[in-house]
Amino acid sequence: MSKHFFGDTAVLLGRSLRHITRSPDTIITTAIMPIAMMLMFVYVFGGAIRTGSDSYVNYMLPGILLITVASGIAYTAYRLFMDMKGGIFERFQSMPTARSSVLWAHVLTSLVANLISLVVVTLVALLMGFRSSAGVPAWLSVAGILILFTLALTWIAVIPGLSAKTMEGASAFSYPLIFLPFLSSAFVPTDTMPGPVRVFAENQPVTSIVNAIRALFTGQPVGTDIWIALAWCVGILIVAYGFAMTTYRRKIS
Amino acid sequence: MTTQQAAAIQVQGLEKAYKELRVLRGVDFTVARGSIFALLGSNGAGKTTAVKILSTLLKADAGTARVNGFDVATQAADVRESISLTGQFAAVDEILSGRENLVLVARLRHLKSPGEIADGLLARFSLTDAGARKVSTYSGGMRRRLDIAMSLIGNPPVIFLDEPTTGLDPQARIEVWQAVKELADRGTTVLLTTQYLDEAEQLADRIAILHEGRIIVNGTLAELKQLLPPAKVEYVEKQPTLEDVFLTLVGTKA
Ligand SMILES: Nc1ncnc2c1ncn2[C@@H]1O[C@H](COP(=O)(O)OP(=O)(O)OP(=O)(O)O)[C@@H](O)[C@H]1O
Ligand SMILES: [Mg+2]
Repeated sequence: MSKHFFGDTAVLLGRSLRHITRSPDTIITTAIMPIAMMLMFVYVFGGAIRTGSDSYVNYMLPGILLITVASGIAYTAYRLFMDMKGGIFERFQSMPTARSSVLWAHVLTSLVANLISLVVVTLVALLMGFRSSAGVPAWLSVAGILILFTLALTWIAVIPGLSAKTMEGASAFSYPLIFLPFLSSAFVPTDTMPGPVRVFAENQPVTSIVNAIRALFTGQPVGTDIWIALAWCVGILIVAYGFAMTTYRRKIS
Repeated sequence: MTTQQAAAIQVQGLEKAYKELRVLRGVDFTVARGSIFALLGSNGAGKTTAVKILSTLLKADAGTARVNGFDVATQAADVRESISLTGQFAAVDEILSGRENLVLVARLRHLKSPGEIADGLLARFSLTDAGARKVSTYSGGMRRRLDIAMSLIGNPPVIFLDEPTTGLDPQARIEVWQAVKELADRGTTVLLTTQYLDEAEQLADRIAILHEGRIIVNGTLAELKQLLPPAKVEYVEKQPTLEDVFLTLVGTKA
């Protein structure tokens, strides 16, 4: 690792954070879709959905938070794609700068941007009546899971960001990720689902992550869900990181 | 041997293929320190490919290239300390201001007082008034000037300019030419690629023509002009232009 890695990453992180503060619409658009879904589910469908929970906002917020991240990382891919296309990526790579700093700066920017969106969405949920009995350790655990989830999805986003040919291609990969929570325990209990759908829903990563966060929010024992959730996050993170780095090396050699 | 060491760029037997397409098929040339060297070639000749290999962005399939005495394959980090690349398309950050772009590059080159460096370059490239504006509001010529200014930060001894004036109006072209001449006057080695023959005529100490993967001629403007068969010079009062030379050479080889 180059001796300038941390300094260069900090400089480049400052650059992309400036991009975000100059076009805060990326944060707003990231937050607006989950907020709209939340409003619709709570005030339109919520009354008809039986979850066994007294407040539907409480029930669905974990899933909404995951959707927030899934839509936020589309911008990670977009920002990286713009750097590749605009040639500034090559400029940085031809300079005496730590080369991987360019990538890490994007990853950290993604983390910061998504955390801001998550805070915004959580604040709106609080206004809509979301309440949690969670103490500080439980909140920290939720934050930890969401950070891991964001990093895992961010490394997935790096792959199209580096290799896409068009801007649409760079962000289209996020649609299935946004859709995944609908086939999970995020909005309705899985036991109402027909056979094969239920099998899929109960064994895909979103369900265990949602269940773990929900348990933490309501002060219930998290059981094995949290370990399955962490295993999914770390597993996806490692695989996506591997693929992203392979794509990256192919690009710079 | 001493002249070998003095050369800023030495390229030998450079080959590069993209899958089946053999773009460079044994390219050789040397560029003397402090000179301007123009690499001429038509679209797709492989100019950008050559520049990318020299600036460590691409690996060659065969051959060697040394820049400022360092091997591009094995001493890439030293090469990057010695060079600056102005790519074919202006590589500037559209969302930042011109000044912020310059400060960013100065920081990434680990220089002291990046602000002063930025202000100096803004003045030198007549961008002081626009310095605080977002680059997305710049004209093509301003953008290119900023792009070149960014490449000068840290005074690297070797600068690559890939088609620096393509798409610029005549006035902006002349401004870029002036900047390039100033660079050479300060002792910087410049390798530029171009499709414009008059640009090479104007700027270059030596001109090489890249055609079908090889350098088919390499010499000073005067030397290149002598390559024209004298029998073809019908108008005694008119000197052959480099364009004539180029078209004759490319035509006979094709
Ligand atoms: N990444 C790539 N993959 C496949 N083919 C490529 C790639 N980059 C360039 N080529 C091809 O290699 C050839 C040489 O390209 P190069 O960009 O080096 O030419 P050039 O002389 O710079 O042309 P121009 O004047 O249009 O900029 C072209 O035929 C081009 O299509
Ligand atoms: Mg080119």
